[in-house]
Amino acid sequence: MSGILNSSIGRKFAMALSALFLMVFLLQHFSINILSVLAPETFNVVSHFMGTFWVIQYLLQPVLIIGVIFHFVMGFVLEIRNNKARQISYAKNNGGANSTWMSRNMIWSGLSILAFICLHFYDFWFPEINTKFIVGDMSGLIDPNNAESGYRYYEELQHKFVDAWRVVLYVISFVFLALHLLHGFNSAFQSVGANNKYTKGLKGFSKIYAIGIPLGFVFIALFHFFNQAH
Amino acid sequence: MDLKLKIWRQKNANDKGKMVDYPISNVSPDMSFLEMLDVLNNELIEKGEAPVSFDHDCREGICGSCSLYINGEAHGPDRLITTCQLHMRTFKDGETITIEPWRAKAFPVIKDLVVDRTAFDRIQHAGGFISVNTSGNTIDANAIPINKADADNAFMAATCIGCGACVASCKNSSAMLFVGAKVSQFALLPQGQVEATDRVLNMVKQMDEEGFGNCTNTGACEVECPKGISLENIARMNREYLSASLKG
Repeated sequence: MSGILNSSIGRKFAMALSALFLMVFLLQHFSINILSVLAPETFNVVSHFMGTFWVIQYLLQPVLIIGVIFHFVMGFVLEIRNNKARQISYAKNNGGANSTWMSRNMIWSGLSILAFICLHFYDFWFPEINTKFIVGDMSGLIDPNNAESGYRYYEELQHKFVDAWRVVLYVISFVFLALHLLHGFNSAFQSVGANNKYTKGLKGFSKIYAIGIPLGFVFIALFHFFNQAH
Repeated sequence: MDLKLKIWRQKNANDKGKMVDYPISNVSPDMSFLEMLDVLNNELIEKGEAPVSFDHDCREGICGSCSLYINGEAHGPDRLITTCQLHMRTFKDGETITIEPWRAKAFPVIKDLVVDRTAFDRIQHAGGFISVNTSGNTIDANAIPINKADADNAFMAATCIGCGACVASCKNSSAMLFVGAKVSQFALLPQGQVEATDRVLNMVKQMDEEGFGNCTNTGACEVECPKGISLENIARMNREYLSASLKG
């Protein structure tokens, strides 16, 4: 058991588990974000809960960050090891004849998602941490001294989607997310050994998830861009 | 048919090697790919040049020797065949055909298109067997009842000829389809249960030591495998390995 992470299968298993965890998180993130379109008041209440409930803030958030970092670091480790396994490239290689573009370029779609996460943290996470833990405002209110001012989350979200360039960057990132998921979803199940009579159905569901979730995020970004004065 | 061949030439394991162009004329569409190379080699010998070295043996798709990477695919563009079963009618008159050896750190080139695949043998030695008393008291395998589906899947896994096309096709040079098949053919049968734990742990350990890459589930191996070995065998190996690791 101790040496499992030193083996190729063990590393792939760990990579798959972190991927499955992140896919569950992505679904949860989308479920909350879509509330900003369907019910802004509920979005505010849920966002405040997520941002202040100690179990989420001090227990689940660190686990999520560790999961994200682990997934990226392990992705790079596997890529480096795999490149070492073929030191001389083919003069002619027809990869498209036997595998999908997505499966052969997970490192590039992954790097695009990493760049997006940096932008996303700059846009939302760092300002949130600053407000709560450096400024010390845990109220979640637009005006911390005025309880009638209402929660700030929906307003902050809309403010981020004023600039067209940011919306374009988000949309491009979600396209790369879809490409990453189109291979990653099924790949994670294969890596944990789940290739059985349910695989065909799972492949169908994976396409719905891999296209549906990023498309939903694109819709949310475009909705907020077009539903405010520029 | 007139063709332009671009072939990897490498004098020995230490030589740097390079692609060399060879025009060839009057190729019959009914020739196998290896027969076409035989014709080329006769021409080279007549001109006093060194013939192109390539592996071949049975020439009927069973031995798995003919390991050639043709126009960017293991065993060429056709499916479920080895190179010896590939015919020149697959190509167009005037076409340029690129012929390379398997490329993998674990399969070093010996000469020209010949690679050293003994890494597969060492993986087999590490656990790809069952211990049976053959001193005269051997129990007839057919005396043990086996579920039909398991027997079929074990037999399908056992059709792996160890040609290495999976490694050659994989962008990571992973050997997991080969090892998955060799683990599966025993894991599915009662005779394979006694050594199941050690088998998968030892074979995977040897596979990693040989320098093969990690599987990233592109599925290229399954598509290019001349025997149609399924990715299910890799998933089964993963389950066997994780289960064995927990026991160990």
